[in-house]
Amino acid sequence: MTHVQHLKPFLRKTPFHAPMEALMHGNGWIRWMGYYSPAFFDSVSGEYFATRTGCTLYDVSPLIKYSIRGADAAKFMNFLVTRDITKVKPMQAAYTAWCDDDGKMIEEGTIFRLGENDFILNAALHQLHWLHESAYGFDVTIEEISERLCGLALQGPTSRDLLKVMGVGGIETLPHFGIMETTLDGHWMRIDRAGFTGDLGYELWVKPESAHWLWDTLMRLGDPYKIAPIGSQALDMVRIEAGFILVDADYIGAMHAIRPTQRESPIEAGIGWAVGLKKDAYFVGKRALQQEKAKVTSRHILMGIEVEGRKPANGAFLYADKAAKQEIGLTTSGMWSPILKKSIAFARVPPAYAKPGTEIWTEIWYPKEKKIERLMARCTVTSRMFFDPPRKKA
Amino acid sequence: MYDTAIIGAGHNGLVTATYLAKAGQKVIVVEASDRIGGAAVTREFAPGFKVSGVAHILHALHPRVVADLGLRLDRTPIGTSVLLPEGKSIDITADAAATAASIGKVSPADAEAWPRVTARLNKIATALGSFLSRTPPSPAISANDFQTKLALGMFALQLRMLGKKDMLELTRILTMNVADLANDHFESDAIKGLLSLDATLGVYLGPRSPNTVFNLLYRLSSYGKHGMGGLFLPKGGMGAVAKALEDAARRAGVEIRTSAPVDHILLEKEIATGLVLKGGEEIRASNIASSADPQTTLLKLVQPGNLDTEFMKRIRHLRMNGCVAKVHLALDGLPDAWKSRNGRLVVAPKTDYVERAFDCAKYGRVADKPALEIVIPSLTDASLAPPGKHVASILFQYAPYKLRETPPDEARRQVLERTIDTLDVLAPGLRTRVIGSEALTPQDLERDYGLAGGQWHQGEVTLDQMFFLRPAGQYQQYRMPIPGLWLCGAGAHPGGNVSGAAGMNAAREILKATKARKVAA
Repeated sequence: MTHVQHLKPFLRKTPFHAPMEALMHGNGWIRWMGYYSPAFFDSVSGEYFATRTGCTLYDVSPLIKYSIRGADAAKFMNFLVTRDITKVKPMQAAYTAWCDDDGKMIEEGTIFRLGENDFILNAALHQLHWLHESAYGFDVTIEEISERLCGLALQGPTSRDLLKVMGVGGIETLPHFGIMETTLDGHWMRIDRAGFTGDLGYELWVKPESAHWLWDTLMRLGDPYKIAPIGSQALDMVRIEAGFILVDADYIGAMHAIRPTQRESPIEAGIGWAVGLKKDAYFVGKRALQQEKAKVTSRHILMGIEVEGRKPANGAFLYADKAAKQEIGLTTSGMWSPILKKSIAFARVPPAYAKPGTEIWTEIWYPKEKKIERLMARCTVTSRMFFDPPRKKA
Repeated sequence: MYDTAIIGAGHNGLVTATYLAKAGQKVIVVEASDRIGGAAVTREFAPGFKVSGVAHILHALHPRVVADLGLRLDRTPIGTSVLLPEGKSIDITADAAATAASIGKVSPADAEAWPRVTARLNKIATALGSFLSRTPPSPAISANDFQTKLALGMFALQLRMLGKKDMLELTRILTMNVADLANDHFESDAIKGLLSLDATLGVYLGPRSPNTVFNLLYRLSSYGKHGMGGLFLPKGGMGAVAKALEDAARRAGVEIRTSAPVDHILLEKEIATGLVLKGGEEIRASNIASSADPQTTLLKLVQPGNLDTEFMKRIRHLRMNGCVAKVHLALDGLPDAWKSRNGRLVVAPKTDYVERAFDCAKYGRVADKPALEIVIPSLTDASLAPPGKHVASILFQYAPYKLRETPPDEARRQVLERTIDTLDVLAPGLRTRVIGSEALTPQDLERDYGLAGGQWHQGEVTLDQMFFLRPAGQYQQYRMPIPGLWLCGAGAHPGGNVSGAAGMNAAREILKATKARKVAA
């Protein structure tokens, strides 16, 4: 996974590449959206613990960013996504899904509402075509601005203190999912209080020419706050603990599903809470989702499970019983959580089993001393938010 | 509060309205223009000269509509003459012997083949035609009610009953081009030319394009028991048909308002609950049925943000390339060659002639040498022109809606000029007889009659836009995605022509849904 030697002539470098390269001891580069992106710098577990105990930097510049503006921008966003945008005020962010006609999820991502009719949509995959198609009849301008902004996710319990020392006025009062803009040392910066770790954390967005200033300032001031750069492997661990789903890991995006049945609704993908069926406007896929809800046709719901024992249960079969007579689903992501001291996983279970406290079983196959061993482990269905410290929102 | 509000007082809108009113509904029809009939109108284009404004030959009006609505139509049966150089022609009429003799002068082999081939095509077309008056089934069999399943079963049975040979022939020719079909059976250019025009009229296709045999069968399906059984000129022009429908509607208690353009369809909690007129007035109804074309209905009258993205795209991409212009001539008497030409006259001397005319359209130009369909209704209907004078109503194929370089005014001038140039050769002296004229390009038809793309059938009649794909897959049963919104015009199955079948089928589905709602309540 880390071998990108053959891609080197083609991969682009984010504005943070040079300072990251200096710290890259393990040659842990991977490809993300055509950019060099760190999978790890040197120790994955070190990076994981830094995120949970200090604060860490992760380069999120390769994310796809769209600017959506115009007289109908608010109306259009409310039509495009499942969340009720009328409840998102200017300078607030919101996590949402967007669906195809059949209510199957194309992707999920974050919307930043900068003004009444001024939005930024962050996505993991390219969406411009879908946005343009959906915008028919609306007075909006949609632009991809991915290269005009670069960003670092500064996440972890000490992140706020670091920003305070850095001189970001008002950071104490920035609420969860709030957005603010500031200028420091002549550098414009947009800060939102969101992230992919489920902890206290921020995303810092600057213009590419300010990238080195941002990195250097944070690293210079960050030592007392145990700052460290991280790669995607540590990030993957913290996002599972936080319960965040990932496109093509926990669900397949509707636009690149090989079979129509592979597509999933946001309800099935476990983010039914982000579907505003009650909002006072139509959105793409609403009629299909209303049907799914009314007729209870969800095939499964992505829940969390706590697995007995220490073995990670990713991609494992799920059963209703220990005897493995009735198969009920599969796990997607799974891991041993070092901080929770538990084996946790995301589990696709039928709606009848999607209640916290339900006991189910999983079949784990694992290598041991040149043999493959089988284990039936008892699991308890839970919310996917395994790690949810009060400081996240405080 | 009405039970149903219908957009557009075209013939389908009136048919739907009348069926619903007869079933006891309170129905209102709102029409944007100041006249009733939509594209079925008689208009005075020069002082004293009247003509059918768009469609000019009646053949497809569904017999069940005629019977159910008690329509009385005064009409004259007509034949077809293929005009050949030097005043010659092939005359095809109901008289088989005379037809054979006429074709025989050009080709004895074709004279023998004609009745045989047309009988077979008519048999196949009639089998297909049984579905004109039915609701297309959903491809998901379980989604159909018993009535629709039964209709589908009967349809399959009917195709099977064609016999093995004819059923195989149907599957062979269904997607084929008409040039090959004509070559299969005929040797004379004139007959091939006639088939070429009949198979391409109203679609943006040339005789060598696939799908043209389907369009021919579609046309033929109305020549038998599922239509009027032949070609007719309505007395008083097509407006008389609209008048008969209007009278039937008013008798049934339908309220009709003209000069009442709809601004948008009122949606409340994502359900269609009424119409908002341009002036701001609201008309409330439990059902909204639109006889406007699918693009006008779903892209313009439904406000943005109420229909799913992929569905909108399907509707935006409907093929609506109008390519037929209409020419009206006021004539100060007829040239000798035409004094007894009271039927349908066709200028399409051979396949290549029509194909080359299409080539022009393909590249965004008005056909240099157009294929024409002409009627002189004043020969049988004195009410249309002052004594001793005549009108000619002409379909000009091809004049594309999308022009590449030609400005619209220039295109209109070319249509008129090239029509007269073509006719003056076939009927010398015609040019000097023209005392008034009018040419309507597809763009004009869009403006004057609200036909999106200037398309006569509210969407081309091709296999991919027919049956359970009209106007879009999953939405073929007249019910649109928004609850309470229905499509009842030619944009829905079974499509175009002055037939009323779409209006009849839509009314049946609306009544079915109303009944189901009542049972549920």
